[in-house]
Amino acid sequence: MAKFIGRRLVYLLPVLLAVTLLTFLIASLLPGDLAYTILGDQATPEKVEALRAQMGLDRPIWERYLIWLGNAVQGNLGRSFRTGETVFAAVVDRLPVSLELMVMAVVLALLIAIPLAILCAVRSGSALDRFVTGLAFGKLSLPPFMVAILLIYLFAVELGWLPATGWVPFAEDPVANLRSFVLPALTLAIAEWPVLMRVLRSDMIATLQEDYIAMAKAKGLRPARILLVHALKPSSLTLVTVAGINIGRLIGGTLIVETIFALPGIGRLLIGAIYARDFIILQGVVLFVAVGFVVVNFIVDMLYAVLDPRIRHGRA
Amino acid sequence: MAALDVGVDTAAVTPVRRRRRVGGLFLASVIWIAVVALGAIFADLLPIPSPTYIDMLGKRELPSAEHWLGNDQLGRDVFSRLVHGGRISLTVGLLAPVIGVTVGGALGMLAGYFRGRFETFVSGGVDVLLAFPPLVFALAVTTYLGQSVLNITLVIGILGIPAFTRVARAVTLSLSEREFVTAARALGATHTRILLRELLPNVALPLVAFFLLGVAVTIVVEGALSFLGLGVPPPAPSWGSMIGEGRESLDIAPWLAFMPATVMFLTVLSFNIVGDTLRALTDPRPGAL
Repeated sequence: MAKFIGRRLVYLLPVLLAVTLLTFLIASLLPGDLAYTILGDQATPEKVEALRAQMGLDRPIWERYLIWLGNAVQGNLGRSFRTGETVFAAVVDRLPVSLELMVMAVVLALLIAIPLAILCAVRSGSALDRFVTGLAFGKLSLPPFMVAILLIYLFAVELGWLPATGWVPFAEDPVANLRSFVLPALTLAIAEWPVLMRVLRSDMIATLQEDYIAMAKAKGLRPARILLVHALKPSSLTLVTVAGINIGRLIGGTLIVETIFALPGIGRLLIGAIYARDFIILQGVVLFVAVGFVVVNFIVDMLYAVLDPRIRHGRA
Repeated sequence: MAALDVGVDTAAVTPVRRRRRVGGLFLASVIWIAVVALGAIFADLLPIPSPTYIDMLGKRELPSAEHWLGNDQLGRDVFSRLVHGGRISLTVGLLAPVIGVTVGGALGMLAGYFRGRFETFVSGGVDVLLAFPPLVFALAVTTYLGQSVLNITLVIGILGIPAFTRVARAVTLSLSEREFVTAARALGATHTRILLRELLPNVALPLVAFFLLGVAVTIVVEGALSFLGLGVPPPAPSWGSMIGEGRESLDIAPWLAFMPATVMFLTVLSFNIVGDTLRALTDPRPGAL
């Protein structure tokens, strides 16, 4: 196991380095120069030169990359030239909101996926199974921003049950805080459940053919007990991993959902930085999200190897 | 039509799904795509109002003989904007995966055929590109480069390369072990000939199926960018930006958001159905080939 982790770690470092390099290079795609962008209309050649020297923009690109990387490793990603806030403080400030949203989304997605998967597995091939499987396929064509519009229309405009926007800190009013998360989390959950349902359904169908299930039936155990205790646990290995992998994919979804529902999370920070042309914040957040994505995937890989010995011993 | 005939045949071989049912859906999907595509191509010739003409007195007007689907919140003809919006969705949607399928397909085939260091290098590059959440990558690059149809197409196209590389590599790997490749090699065929004449025709079909799924994904990503106001700049009509603009008046005119959403959903669904049907037919499992 230690050898496996070591091998993956050796692989992780170059990927992380490449990700930082790519993030840095994307930022250098900016036409003109960051100094011009910051100074705007007041740019005079002297002022631009002074700012370039101050920001180190007059140095060669590889030197700038190394300086930037050195600072980034120490958690110093610069500060916004619009608000003066440091990137680090901005990210730390918004992170809890995004995490709360993602946790609620995963929980809701599992609450939808598990019962449907069990029903479909038990009655596999039935009209219900075909309907739910078809629904899951159709959902693949319905992106989160459309689901969000539908949910806002239904629950906020027509029924008036839940707020469409407006976020309240948890410490101030827990109920209002949770209410403001219901629609965004539900939007992401609706995007995620089809994948989870498909995985659990096919694993469950395989488990239900095992001898010990027939044994449990022969012993006269109640069907509910057989399904929930004997069959669900061994079937949920892949489900756990897929749920983990999808946390990475959720990041993209939170971007849109946080913007639509005006939740002050990482996604909205990023979109806000784009609207405001705040390139320092943008670069910092892109780096943070990309590195977070790589690390989460690495941890999921590790979990997968812990759960399934075949991965550890098989050829990578 | 040939694809449909094959579909009926496989139903007898693989009893996993009832292909006959998919046949009707498949046909409906092809027809829908054709209608949207024809509308996009001939948008300028159709007897419809301009998509950018603003009728100040006709804001959120209901459907009439003159405006088939009514007007939007600025008084622009919704039907015309839907037809013209299809242009952007289909242009980006079809061109971006072309980048992915050519670059990714070539890289994947070379990596799967030659193996060794080149394969390690390609796989590493693919992993790095996949390490970025795609939407974040697309947003960042279009922000720095500027929003235009060309830039958006390029970014989404580059983002698609890793997926196509993986598919092409996997298919090529399994095909390279097959007898017909060994036979060609024994006959003294050059690498170029084996790659182009023996492998390419077999790799092409799974790639085409994957290409259609790529079109569906691309239309969604372009829609998301436009929805956020970060896609093709206004006043050019795009389905995503129409949904985004319609969101502002969900309480008084919800149809303004729902009409482009329905058109986009049906188009994406159609590409998914066609792509999935082809994918099921060209599944690279030994028995299915």
